[in-house]
Amino acid sequence: MTCFVLSRCLTPQHEYERKHQSNSFSTSGTLRKLPPEHGTPPTPLLEDEDEFEDDYRVMKAVWTIAKRELGAYFSSPVAYVFIVIFLLLTGFFTFMVGSFFERGIADLLPFFVWHPWLYLFLVPAVGMRLWSEELRLGTMELLFTMPVTPWQAILGKFLASWAFILIALILTFPIVLTVRYLGRPDMGQILCGYGGSFLLAGAFLAIACLTSSLTRNQVVSFILSVVICLFLILCGWPPVTNVVISWAPASLVDALAGLGVMAHYEGFQRGVIDSRDLFFFLSVIVFFLFTTSVVLRAHRA
Amino acid sequence: MISVEKLTKHFGPKVAVDDVSFSVEKGEVLGFLGPNGAGKSTSMRMITGYLPPTAGKISVCGFDMVEQPLQGKAKIGYLPENAPLYSDMSVLGFLGFCAELRGLFGSAKSKAIDRVVGLCFLDRVLHQSVDTLSKGYRHRTCLAQALIHDPEVLVMDEPTDGLDPNQKHEVRMLIREMGNTKAIIFSTHILEEVEAACTRALIIDQGKIIANGTPAQLKSRAPVAGSLVIGIRAVGWKAVQSEFVTLRYLERSELISDADSVLSVRLFPKGSGETAGTTGSTALLPEFLDLAHRQRWEIQHVSVDEGRLDDVFRSITMPDTATRV
Repeated sequence: MTCFVLSRCLTPQHEYERKHQSNSFSTSGTLRKLPPEHGTPPTPLLEDEDEFEDDYRVMKAVWTIAKRELGAYFSSPVAYVFIVIFLLLTGFFTFMVGSFFERGIADLLPFFVWHPWLYLFLVPAVGMRLWSEELRLGTMELLFTMPVTPWQAILGKFLASWAFILIALILTFPIVLTVRYLGRPDMGQILCGYGGSFLLAGAFLAIACLTSSLTRNQVVSFILSVVICLFLILCGWPPVTNVVISWAPASLVDALAGLGVMAHYEGFQRGVIDSRDLFFFLSVIVFFLFTTSVVLRAHRA
Repeated sequence: MISVEKLTKHFGPKVAVDDVSFSVEKGEVLGFLGPNGAGKSTSMRMITGYLPPTAGKISVCGFDMVEQPLQGKAKIGYLPENAPLYSDMSVLGFLGFCAELRGLFGSAKSKAIDRVVGLCFLDRVLHQSVDTLSKGYRHRTCLAQALIHDPEVLVMDEPTDGLDPNQKHEVRMLIREMGNTKAIIFSTHILEEVEAACTRALIIDQGKIIANGTPAQLKSRAPVAGSLVIGIRAVGWKAVQSEFVTLRYLERSELISDADSVLSVRLFPKGSGETAGTTGSTALLPEFLDLAHRQRWEIQHVSVDEGRLDDVFRSITMPDTATRV
């Protein structure tokens, strides 16, 4: 199915060039007669009643929007700057600051421990343009008068940016090769660490989606998402909980600490896939994407 | 095809659209006229399903836009105001994206793109990035995406805004041709466009419909509609005026100008304006020509004034200001 989908969506450029060379279009501005097939409209998949076709159509819309968004990332400097900076910084923090070599342990904890702090600034930078651009260019009007639901658009954009971060994560493979060359690491733990990092990035990205839908100003979106992500990081931090402990009941303090991403991320770093941690990240993502849909509807009210 | 009943939209305390009802059938081209801020764009956004209405019902091709928005949106092609486009894409990429969102893939998609590229003369800019396009091409690209799925209903918000006269002409001709097989609504400030392309027109002011009719019907509402404009050589106004008294079908006469030895006069037939149409002038004209023949006046020019939409527009939307005809 993936191949089918890919082959349908990635139409080669030369197909259009060939067709246009063979036609002789007048560009002088004379009245163009409508071609004979004008009377027969194309039959979009919308007409199909089959349930499989319905799901297929929904996924197609999400895929189309995601494809466009991902392409947009790579047509601007954002993608390349992000990837280069991300790789440089992870390399620097892992090997220099993280005392990777001095530790002498063949695992990637010095690598994964920095991700929340790197994501704090880099993920809002990736996500701030998602909806702000639509608001600024006025293309929301175009998008939401197409036969797509707001959820298809939200999912498509979110998945595209998440895929972009996945690409950046995959490009850190030299670090994995390094540790494999130097020792015998537990690959399961490393893969688990990547999974946790990916989920953490997804959570921060969902927050960036929300803040970018609030405003057409990308700077405001960036700052807001950094603040919210910072709040989530610091939630479980002893200095913060100590402040709250003095006046709040124990249950509230625990709830607040439970909001912190660090505690849930730590499990993945150690190689443990705890369903509670998984559930935490997924519910953060769902919550913020849902809030995004509410904000978008408010924009159009 | 488009049926709008008691459409209302409130933005907080402000009433943007107030109890608007109309319908457009296949083969009709409806023009939306109105001052800025009248509620034209808001009405169109509700028809295309972008904004939810506060009250009222909109149905497109039988689909209610609130209950079945996806089916309704599939039938509509929409050209929003200011022709928004994704600035980072090429024209071809953008049209491909819109085609896919409309459910066209593979060969259907490339055929549709070829068709609209031909219709909108986009061949030269196909691989150009959207943000490098001139205003005319931007509008045409956005128009192309509205046409790409060959919709039964077209909604266009100021389609010729910012285009040069040649491009305006092209777009109007395209609208007229497509109007034969589709239901089209478009909004405009340019009154000659209404005459050129519309079969019917609505004038909206402050959210309410204040006039509704064919361009000819609207024009006949002008105070000068049906009047005769006459030019007579080498004769004084006073002398002529005394002779006019003998005309039975004449309501009143008015001097337009007396220059270059040509006396320009406007004759209002009895019951002129909205009620008379051109019937009053039909009786007055031969009577006047008789008089002119007997008086041996030299007639420079004679015409029946059909009325101008500008005057109708002004008199309807600004009834308080005294309109000089």
